[in-house]
Amino acid sequence: MFKHDKIERNSIILLLATVLVVSIGGLIEIVPLFRVEMTIEKVQGMRPYTPLELAGQNIYIREGCYLCHSQQIRPLKDEVERYGHYSLAAESMYDHPFQWGSERTGPDLSRIGGKYSDEWHVAHLTDPRSVVPESVMPPYAFLKTRAADLSNIGDHLKTLKILGVPYTDDMIANAYKDAIAQGTNEADTAGLTARYGEKVTSRAFDGQTQMVSEMTALIAYLQRLGNLVDFTTYNPDLDPRNLPDAGAAP
Amino acid sequence: MSTQDPHKKDIDSVTGIETTGHEWDGIKELNNPAPRWWLWVFYVSVVFSIGYWLIYPAWPTLSGHTGGNKGWTEYSQLKEDQAEQVLERAGLDTKIDTASLKDIKADPKLYEFARAAGAAAFRTNCTVCHGSGGQGGKGFPNLVDDDWIWGGTLDDIYTTIRYGVRSTSSNTRQSQMPAWGKDGLLKSDEIEAVATYVEELHLPGKKGEQSAVSAQGAKIFADNCTVCHGEKGEGMQTVGAPRLNDNIWLYGGEHATIVESIYNSRAGVMPTWEGRLSDATIKELAIFVHSLGGGVEAGAEPTTAP
Repeated sequence: MFKHDKIERNSIILLLATVLVVSIGGLIEIVPLFRVEMTIEKVQGMRPYTPLELAGQNIYIREGCYLCHSQQIRPLKDEVERYGHYSLAAESMYDHPFQWGSERTGPDLSRIGGKYSDEWHVAHLTDPRSVVPESVMPPYAFLKTRAADLSNIGDHLKTLKILGVPYTDDMIANAYKDAIAQGTNEADTAGLTARYGEKVTSRAFDGQTQMVSEMTALIAYLQRLGNLVDFTTYNPDLDPRNLPDAGAAP
Repeated sequence: MSTQDPHKKDIDSVTGIETTGHEWDGIKELNNPAPRWWLWVFYVSVVFSIGYWLIYPAWPTLSGHTGGNKGWTEYSQLKEDQAEQVLERAGLDTKIDTASLKDIKADPKLYEFARAAGAAAFRTNCTVCHGSGGQGGKGFPNLVDDDWIWGGTLDDIYTTIRYGVRSTSSNTRQSQMPAWGKDGLLKSDEIEAVATYVEELHLPGKKGEQSAVSAQGAKIFADNCTVCHGEKGEGMQTVGAPRLNDNIWLYGGEHATIVESIYNSRAGVMPTWEGRLSDATIKELAIFVHSLGGGVEAGAEPTTAP
C-alpha cells in the first residue's frame, strides 16, 4: 500500500512531487500558447502605437484606468450590442502590459476611439460629472496643466522592441519628434505618417496650443483604441483559433 | 508518531471516531470522512467533465485544440444568439433596414418600434454628450428644442448622425467659422462691438439701436457675418451656421462667451456613426431624436422671426 508518510516527512521529495504535479497543468495549458501564430489571428490595419499614443498609454497605466475600465469585449450578444465587435487577440498584441482589465466600474473602452469628440474627452476628463451626471469617475483636470514627459519616449519604444513590437530604428530615432508633431496643430507630419500610416491623426487633442500636455497624449491614445482593425476583411470562420485541431479536421 | 499497527483501527475514546494513526506529542488526528453527498457530487463532476470534453472545445494540443464533436465556438454561438434576436423582434429590424424614413414614419407599428429601439441606442451611445434627456450641454447641442444647427427634418438628422459634423467621414458635414480675433481679421474693439450687437439680436426692437457700440457692431455684422448667419441672424442650416436671433446658445450667450466664440471661433465635432452602428440603428436614432420635440417636417420652412 502507498504511504504518503514518506512524502510528508521528506521535504525534498514533497517539493519535487509538487513541481511535477503543477507542471502537468502548466505544460498542458501554457505550452500550446507559445505557438503564437495559433493564438493571434491575422488581421488588416493593426499597427504599433505612435510615440504620443504610447505616452498616453503610460499615463493610462500610471493613473490606474485599467482598475475600473476593461478593454475586452467578449463575444456575447449583449456586449457586442453595446460596445461593438468583440475584441480580437491581435488588437492587444502590442500592449505590454495588456490592458484587458477585470472590472467594469466604468464602461469598456476597447472601442472608444472615434466614438466621442476630443472636446468631449477634455470636458469629461476635466470634470466627468459635467457631461455624465451619474459618473463616479474622479476628475483628471491636472493632466491638462502638465506637459507630457516625452524626453525618454524613444527608450520606451526601444524596450518594447525587445518585447517583440516591430518598431524600426527609424521610429526609435524619431520618436520624440513624432510625438511632438502628433500633438500639435498643423505640424509637419510627413515623417509621422510615413512611419505609422496615413490613418494617424495629429492635432492638439486637448485644444491647447502652447504645449503637448498629458491630456493630449491620453486622448491621442483613447482616440486610437479599437478602430484600427479592418473588420470588413476579418472572417471569424477562418480564424485559426476557431478551427479544430488540424489532425481532427474533416 | 503512532507506534500502533496502522492497519488496526484506532478509535478516539472521546468522540468515538477513528483516527488517522498520526500522533504528535499525544495529539491525534481524527479521520472524519468527507460527507457522502460531497463525494457523489465529485464523482458526477468527473464523469460530466468527460462528456464535456467530447462535446465542447477543451484540450489544447500542439497544433490547435480539440474541437468537440459539434464544432461549437463562442463566435458561432454569438451568431446564433444574434439571429435569435432578429426573430424575437419579429423581423422589424430587417424591415427598418430596407424601409425609407418616410415609410417608417407612416407605419405606426414600425414607427413605435423604431422609436423604442432608437431610445435604447440613444441611451447607450448619445447621452454622454447630449444628456440623458437630449438636453445637451455647453458645446453639445440640445436635441429637445426646435433650434437646429444642421436641420431638423428626419433626413437632416439621419445625415448628421450617419456622417457626423467635422468628423473623419469623407461625407461629413463640414464648415468652419473664421477665428476673427486670433487670425487678426477683426480688431478687439470691433469684436466687442459685434458681440454687443449679437447679444441684442434676440431682444425685440433693440437690434443695433441701443448705443453707438451696437450700431458699430451692426455694421460689422452686416459686412462679415450675414453671409452665413443671415441678415437678421437667422442662421443657415446648409452650412451649419447657428441662428443668433433667439436666446438659445450652444456655448453661452453672455457677452464674454460671445466674444470668445468670435475671437477663437468654434468647431464642435460630432463623430461619424457609420460603421459603428448599423444603418437600421441610425434610422431608429433619427426617428427617436426627431420625436423628442423639435422635429421638423420635411418641406416646412424654418421659422425666422425671433
